[in-house]
Amino acid sequence: MLKITKFIVQDLFRNWIILLYMIFLMAASFGFFMLEGQADKALLGLLNLSLLVVPMMTIIFSTMYYYNMYEFIVLMLAQPLKRKTILSSIFLGLCIAFGLALIVGLGIPMLVMNYSIASLMLLGVDLLLTFIFIAIALVAGIWTRDKAKGMGVSLLFWVYFVLIFDGLILLLMYNFSDYPIEKIILYITLLNPIDIGRILVLMQTQAAALMGYSGAVFNQFFTQGWGIALAFLALLFWTALPVFISFRLFHKKDL
Amino acid sequence: MIHIRELNKKFGKHHVLQNINLQFELGQGVALIGPNGSGKTTLIKALLGMVIPDKGEMLFNGSSIKNQSLYRQNIGYMPQISRFPDNMKVGQLFNMIRDVREDIKADVYDWELYDSFEIEQMKTKRLNILSGGMKQKVSAALAFLFNPKVLVLDEPTAGLDPVSNEILKEKLRKSITNGKLVLITSHILNDLDEITTHVAYLMDGKTQFFKSLEQLKMETSEDRLNKIIAHILNGEEAVHA
Repeated sequence: MLKITKFIVQDLFRNWIILLYMIFLMAASFGFFMLEGQADKALLGLLNLSLLVVPMMTIIFSTMYYYNMYEFIVLMLAQPLKRKTILSSIFLGLCIAFGLALIVGLGIPMLVMNYSIASLMLLGVDLLLTFIFIAIALVAGIWTRDKAKGMGVSLLFWVYFVLIFDGLILLLMYNFSDYPIEKIILYITLLNPIDIGRILVLMQTQAAALMGYSGAVFNQFFTQGWGIALAFLALLFWTALPVFISFRLFHKKDL
Repeated sequence: MIHIRELNKKFGKHHVLQNINLQFELGQGVALIGPNGSGKTTLIKALLGMVIPDKGEMLFNGSSIKNQSLYRQNIGYMPQISRFPDNMKVGQLFNMIRDVREDIKADVYDWELYDSFEIEQMKTKRLNILSGGMKQKVSAALAFLFNPKVLVLDEPTAGLDPVSNEILKEKLRKSITNGKLVLITSHILNDLDEITTHVAYLMDGKTQFFKSLEQLKMETSEDRLNKIIAHILNGEEAVHA
């Protein structure tokens, strides 16, 4: 399995899109820290940017990559290899390549310019989001035979997590603004990995103070040890779920 | 060697394989023939574990292949359309597959097709610039490389030039004499003539017949495979008319 993973990582690093992604992240992170005087503000800018770009990049690229590797998968299946081995090699390969791109492009500049818990938290959140969206991309790719359709499904997932979900929450908050729904909202946000990540990082910065009553509730929750643990647990669950689904789908798929 | 029992597969409403029962042994050269869409490729893919049958079982050397992968050590597969990862060079492909197949020791390798197809010369070429026929050559060399007991070839001769075609046929003939099982699908019946010992005829997902070539020759009193098949098909039409 490690041999196939190694091959995939090599193949991915020969791909200029991943290198471009790394350079873009690096430029953006150095840019934010150099243009903004306050480290916290720069971090917030970087947070917003990376929560938008990281899931989008990983999900689009991974979906495309899965379809491009279709022949390779069939070739590997003709060898005495388990389906599980083949899929986990692809998943691991993508995780390693995108993880390294993120650590080099985002992690290193951030830790050089502003070494803090919030920075580490942002890196951790982005890494987990990378894994989550690679797994979702695999689900979309395995589920749909058609490349264009698969890409559509992937984009739909991305739009849902980035836009639609937040819209629904806003709608909920607006309609029930007379009731104390902060606690409920807090648990609902656990349904969206991007929002969990955003709040986790936000609460480590000064911006938390500007968020009113719900901010206070969130702050109380997400700065306590068990709150952070629960949030990370939720993120891990969000990784495991699509991974599990993709393996189930792949196990039964006719190639 | 390979037993197929009551094999069924549906793609949606389309019943691609219906109660297939077949049995292949080592030393046979089985021609799997039938019109387009008769289920030949699906049957082969089911044998390789790429398509998962709805019902029925397939035994390889007496044990079921369901959810198994190790039995594929003994199978060399050449797909209908050979497609490989784009960014790879021919040499890299061979290195990678050899890397993956660490179960086979280097002295067991069969380089004969690799040499006679002159693949060494295209080692530095990228796979996506190879022509269809060249890809077929690479694919054939890969199928034979690990010296498997069973060879499964899906339309192997379609894209090959006459010289390579003869090389491949000669190699297949030799493999059968050496006691290997060769399973081959093709529409070009002339190509199959010298290799075949048995014929399995599929139509609309059902096995019409599975007989040895000698038996067919006797029954039809024809000599060439295409004549034999034409004879049988015409005979059927005559019955229907």
